[in-house]
Amino acid sequence: MLTTVLQFAFFMFSVALLLNLLRFFRGPDLLDRILALDTIYINSLALLILLGMWHHTSFYFEAALLIAMLGFIGTVAAAKFLLRGDIIE
Amino acid sequence: MLDTLPFWLELTICFFIVLGACFALIGSIGLLRLPDFMTRLHAPTKNTTMGVGGVILGSLIYFGATTGFNIHELLIAIFLFLTAPISAHLLAKAGMHRQLKLTENTRDLRKKPEQFSDEQS
Repeated sequence: MLTTVLQFAFFMFSVALLLNLLRFFRGPDLLDRILALDTIYINSLALLILLGMWHHTSFYFEAALLIAMLGFIGTVAAAKFLLRGDIIE
Repeated sequence: MLDTLPFWLELTICFFIVLGACFALIGSIGLLRLPDFMTRLHAPTKNTTMGVGGVILGSLIYFGATTGFNIHELLIAIFLFLTAPISAHLLAKAGMHRQLKLTENTRDLRKKPEQFSDEQS
């Protein structure tokens, strides 16, 4: 049962990533693209955690933690740049 | 390896994973289909947090039952729950600063609300 549910969750997250990619290419403004990238890194992080459960190893969690931290910093830097024209004042 | 857990534990893990996957997909559909930036900001920033929370809860129960409790997943969940509202707040502030087009139903703080969506077609 767990194998089937993991395959189902892989499918759902892959479809979600495709929809985010569509918004990334279609977004009318720069902020829509940044928001799509923000959603993409969170979804791929969840996909990485599911892959760790699939392979029954906990080594993927460090990679997921790194993706979480660097994605947050990237989103904040891009939004701050659009807001003020500078990242660190 | 994957099918040696007791049934009720497996059922709990499956419930949380399916819940998280459904939330993430609904958030991404909202990101694709909603009409303007503020509503599009609303959809994924809440639903992906809930989706990752469900997946991490299922993974926490699974690894707690098989190999022992692992602090890293809980760390990821706490970090995401702390940082997702901050990035959403900064994106909303940048959107207000850039004065994006909003639809009629979105509450507009400027004088005259624009009456159209910002999609081209």
